[in-house]
Amino acid sequence: MRYTIIGTGVAGIAAIEAIRSVDPTGEIIMIGDDPHGFYSRPGLAYYLTGELHDKALYPRTAEDYRKLNFRYLKGRVTRILREGHTLEIDNKSQLPYDRLLIAVGAQAIPLEVPGANLEGVLKLDHMDDAKCILKFSQRWKTAIVVGGGITALELVEGLVSRGVRVHYLLRGDRYWSNVLDKQESHVVEHRLKEEGVTLHYHAEVIEVTGKNNRVNGVRLLDGRALKCDLLAYAIGIRPRTALARDAGLAIDRGILVNEFLQTNDPAIFAAGDVAQVYDPITGRSILDSLWGPAREQGYAAGLNMAGERMAYIKPAPFNVTRLAGLTTTIIGMVGRGRDDDLIGIARGDSETWRSLPDAIVAQTGFEVNRLRLLVGEKKLLGAIVMGDQTLSWPLQKLIAGGADISPIRAQLLAPSARIGDIVAEFWAGWRTQAVA
Amino acid sequence: MGIFRRDTERHKVLATGHVVPDSSRCVQCGICTYNCPIGIDVRAHVWRAEAVTRSECLTCGECVARCPRGVLRFEQTDLFVGRGA
Repeated sequence: MRYTIIGTGVAGIAAIEAIRSVDPTGEIIMIGDDPHGFYSRPGLAYYLTGELHDKALYPRTAEDYRKLNFRYLKGRVTRILREGHTLEIDNKSQLPYDRLLIAVGAQAIPLEVPGANLEGVLKLDHMDDAKCILKFSQRWKTAIVVGGGITALELVEGLVSRGVRVHYLLRGDRYWSNVLDKQESHVVEHRLKEEGVTLHYHAEVIEVTGKNNRVNGVRLLDGRALKCDLLAYAIGIRPRTALARDAGLAIDRGILVNEFLQTNDPAIFAAGDVAQVYDPITGRSILDSLWGPAREQGYAAGLNMAGERMAYIKPAPFNVTRLAGLTTTIIGMVGRGRDDDLIGIARGDSETWRSLPDAIVAQTGFEVNRLRLLVGEKKLLGAIVMGDQTLSWPLQKLIAGGADISPIRAQLLAPSARIGDIVAEFWAGWRTQAVA
Repeated sequence: MGIFRRDTERHKVLATGHVVPDSSRCVQCGICTYNCPIGIDVRAHVWRAEAVTRSECLTCGECVARCPRGVLRFEQTDLFVGRGA
């Protein structure tokens, strides 16, 4: 059996581990066009802030790869020829496959305004982008950041920590309005201001201006003009579906796969950011851009490619991130609607977070440590934990485990309830029962 | 609950505990491994969802404190019973 994996991210690596766990001898080939191979893309944020060296972002050694016994090819797959079970590489050579995994991830949506191709216009998609930001930030000291979600703040914080003066432009009146509530946005914005970031609200860039082919400012929809040396943007990502679309595979926002990560061609699977995965519980197909699910999907896909039958059941999506230096865990369903700063989905994001049905909010907290719970009829639907993370792990388990919160629902919704204490106490009992 | 009580607890954990991961929070950035003063590949333990039970581990807490995503915690383990996570 010949297994071929397109893409060098975590979904692909997890698939190889899964295949090897059941098939020690089959031939495995991984092919990718990212010159840096497998590294921690989310870790680029910490590389930008200077918390670690770029070499530390590579989790595996050559010896680790040797043990997995697969062949790595650097190249770009230009076509999938489904009838002949063959890939076309770099428009010329051909590579046969028996089972194929497409795990090519997603890419940044480009900024489409005049001047967006000028030198000094930056994104944070790959290792090379991060290196470019670091190179430019040594020389240029005023930046404008546009966009939303986690990546926009990673850009803001990375640039600030490199001594760059940052103006952060928001199209609306607050940060990440379809995931965070008003107070949470306010906490983040307040902390950014304390770090010296200048925030501009209702600011939509309509043109990047430049001189000698280099950015020197932006013009806004309301006529304002701002000067800058760098413009960094993070307005969302888009699954890299072109290859699958050209091959006639079923596509919606991502490559459509069933709960076995299988496309409408039984020999072809997809996993990670490129895959829009069917969830048998809700009956919906969802896009995530999260490291954990990408790994789990890759693993399940690998097993299924090797002839096992393992359904991927989507857990309550969650992510841990730092927003303006504040550790924040987002679990389950917490918001709804759209955010004008983003198109579609962002990195570190899940569509599920914005699918909140009617729920009642219970919240507590002061300035830094905040806890917001989305309380359904019998279950917790979602939670946001900012600052102190003591409760994030219990909440993750309670929400994923669908714990029946009927015994504490009224207490949680009482005025001025100490919801942290109530959850902690409930967790202690639930955990004991779950173990028993 | 005073500070002293917490401090005693902390010493107890440092003496008899291990670094234990919650792998689902990890993105393999490597800050833990990068900051380990004796070069333990903490990240690889997290990938495999294993506690750091190596005898060289000083339980100094660098990896626990530096992890930006709260992956690692100390957990008291009974050395005479077992060494698992």
